[in-house]
Amino acid sequence: MEKRVTFKGWLLPMCLLMPQIIITAVFFFYPAGQAIYQSLFIPDPFGLSMQWVGLGNFEYLLGDSYYRASFVTTAVFSILVTVTSMGFALYLAVLADRLIKGSGIYRTLLIWPYAVAPAVAGVLWLFMFNTRVGVVSWYLGLLGYDWNHVLNEAEAMGLVVVASSWGRVSYNFLFFLAGLQAIPKSVIEAAAIDGARFWTRFRTIVFPLLSPTTFFLLVVNIVYAFFETFGVIHTITSGGPQQATTILVYKVFSDGFVSQDLGSSAAQSVILLVIVGALTIVQFKFIERRVHY
Amino acid sequence: MKIRTLLGAFASTIALSSNAYAATEIQWWHAFTGRLGELLAEQIEEFNASQSDYVVVGSHKGNYSETLNAGIAAFRAGEQPHILMVFEVGTATMMSAKGAIKPVYEVMAEGGAPFDADAYMGAVKGYYTTTEGDMLSLPYNSSTPVLYVNRDAFTAAGLDPDMDLSTWQKVGDALDALKEGGEDCPLVTAWQSWVHLENLSAWHNVPFASKENGFAGVDTELMMNGPVQVAHIEAMGQWAKDGKFIYTGRRNEGGANFRGGECALFTESSAGYAGVKAEAEFEFDIRTLPYWEGVEGAPQNTIIGGSSLWVMAGHEPEDYAGVAEFLAFLSSADVQAKWHQNTGYLPITNAAAEQTKAEGFYEENPGTEIAGQQMTGKEPTANSKGIRLGSFDQIRGIIDEELEAVWAGDKDAQTALDSAKERGDALLRRFEQANR
Repeated sequence: MEKRVTFKGWLLPMCLLMPQIIITAVFFFYPAGQAIYQSLFIPDPFGLSMQWVGLGNFEYLLGDSYYRASFVTTAVFSILVTVTSMGFALYLAVLADRLIKGSGIYRTLLIWPYAVAPAVAGVLWLFMFNTRVGVVSWYLGLLGYDWNHVLNEAEAMGLVVVASSWGRVSYNFLFFLAGLQAIPKSVIEAAAIDGARFWTRFRTIVFPLLSPTTFFLLVVNIVYAFFETFGVIHTITSGGPQQATTILVYKVFSDGFVSQDLGSSAAQSVILLVIVGALTIVQFKFIERRVHY
Repeated sequence: MKIRTLLGAFASTIALSSNAYAATEIQWWHAFTGRLGELLAEQIEEFNASQSDYVVVGSHKGNYSETLNAGIAAFRAGEQPHILMVFEVGTATMMSAKGAIKPVYEVMAEGGAPFDADAYMGAVKGYYTTTEGDMLSLPYNSSTPVLYVNRDAFTAAGLDPDMDLSTWQKVGDALDALKEGGEDCPLVTAWQSWVHLENLSAWHNVPFASKENGFAGVDTELMMNGPVQVAHIEAMGQWAKDGKFIYTGRRNEGGANFRGGECALFTESSAGYAGVKAEAEFEFDIRTLPYWEGVEGAPQNTIIGGSSLWVMAGHEPEDYAGVAEFLAFLSSADVQAKWHQNTGYLPITNAAAEQTKAEGFYEENPGTEIAGQQMTGKEPTANSKGIRLGSFDQIRGIIDEELEAVWAGDKDAQTALDSAKERGDALLRRFEQANR
């Protein structure tokens, strides 16, 4: 039986809701409204004049084949980052969950990379894979592989995916580990007594019971890949070679903050907002059905 | 870094409130750290010590792009500094912001400070001067690309390090010989668009864009897909394919390879001199940027990169008098000669160049005079005065992308440059619309 609690009158519930509503309005609705408003103009950088262009910014963007291509780049990048960071985190969490001795140290060490800022993470990976002085590229050279992410598009994509996923593994690891530890041991033991091997137990019991965590992380990681990765891309590739790593949010950043094309940048933010909104709705509508709480 | 900036601001506040409260404060936002930042701070100290009416306060605001953004944001909030350092690609943006800036020639005329526009090097000031001859911003650090030669690498490959490298044809022969002699990295470059398209165009007296490279109006179109540029990029593409030109990235990543002794030839800004001199454990020398023999009018003169100082609008008249005095101080021969000799940037006035010569600096540091000679060899033409395009930063990004397609062998030079023109023109039309 579901139990409902109802308030008498309006005042108390409004007071309780107010802080959340104000924060959402100030930090979300107002900037989003500004972005929509500005996307209808071509302003000059200093705010001295504004040209009304209606949907001109959107026409300009969507008519540009390079911009359309960056949708595909973004999809590839986001899927790779999400799958890499979640897959690796789940693997590590399963291992850490089985540890009996020293699990504290192991966990602490795994959480560290989360504290590294994206741009710094970018620099770290760039150093390791630097085509001339990088440690990794040097060893690859010994193996006869000529690493060159400044010209090879696939290698550049691989590098930004790894650098963006790295810090994220820690975050996902924490949630997966907590999720794993919340699964009652008795269920797993019962399955083990029935003769289910580790892999069968994982597939039929652990993974389904973990699905709320997995779903939450899926949403959060896609949002991360869409919005928070421009620092890594800026430091490692600047969107290159050619346009191999120019994802949508990087273009918003570079057009707006490097090149002062505020109209186009605002229009791109609106497009991004619509995409991520739609994506989240789709996730909640279709994937959440398969989640067992 | 943040803490240090805060401490610096705190210290200068104390200094101001204790002994110089009567002085007018002049804010200067700049983009320099490290050695350049120290030299800049020395200039400020020297000026502040030389008089008591004004106190210049320098603030580091990040890299070039960040400094420009900080200036723009501050202007929108009504908190703009008096002087803002802007890199050369931001020139058109600043010029078009008529209500936000106060042209330097106006500041100097009103401030009554000694100012003679003819004292400045033509090829340097041309970049920041209107077609009518009015100087809009004061050139601060300006450099031009030159060719660095690793003499040891030439010897190791069995070549004469004194061989003639004045033309690209001869450089091509040298690259063949270097490759055959076992050199893995015959040629690298920094700033590919600046060196191999913008300067290439000026050096061969062909236009980079219509309307005098954008000086005569914002209704300009790119023209860097002409025969001279295409032939050069095609040759570079072939060298890239043959492993004679090694691409290392869009900025000056190649500098590390050259300074580490891995590469034989390096096209880079004359301001890279200090770094090469400090780090190179091999014999090197500096040559003029090569040109293609047979192109009419080549070599013309090369153009600059770097930054200039813009005076922002909206301050009190007495503040501008101080700004004028400070800019005059920065232009003085002593300050400029010191700056030029310490950094490898060009002296902005002819007097500073003369003084450096008289002090015997060029004899002690052979090669440092080449940048100046390249700039001043001929009177600049409409094609070699500079480049002034809106959204230039984005256009350079597009050029980088298209050139990478050539180096990777995905596109031929003509297709890549045609595509860069088409995409760049779309941005120029947007800029024209924003500044109508």
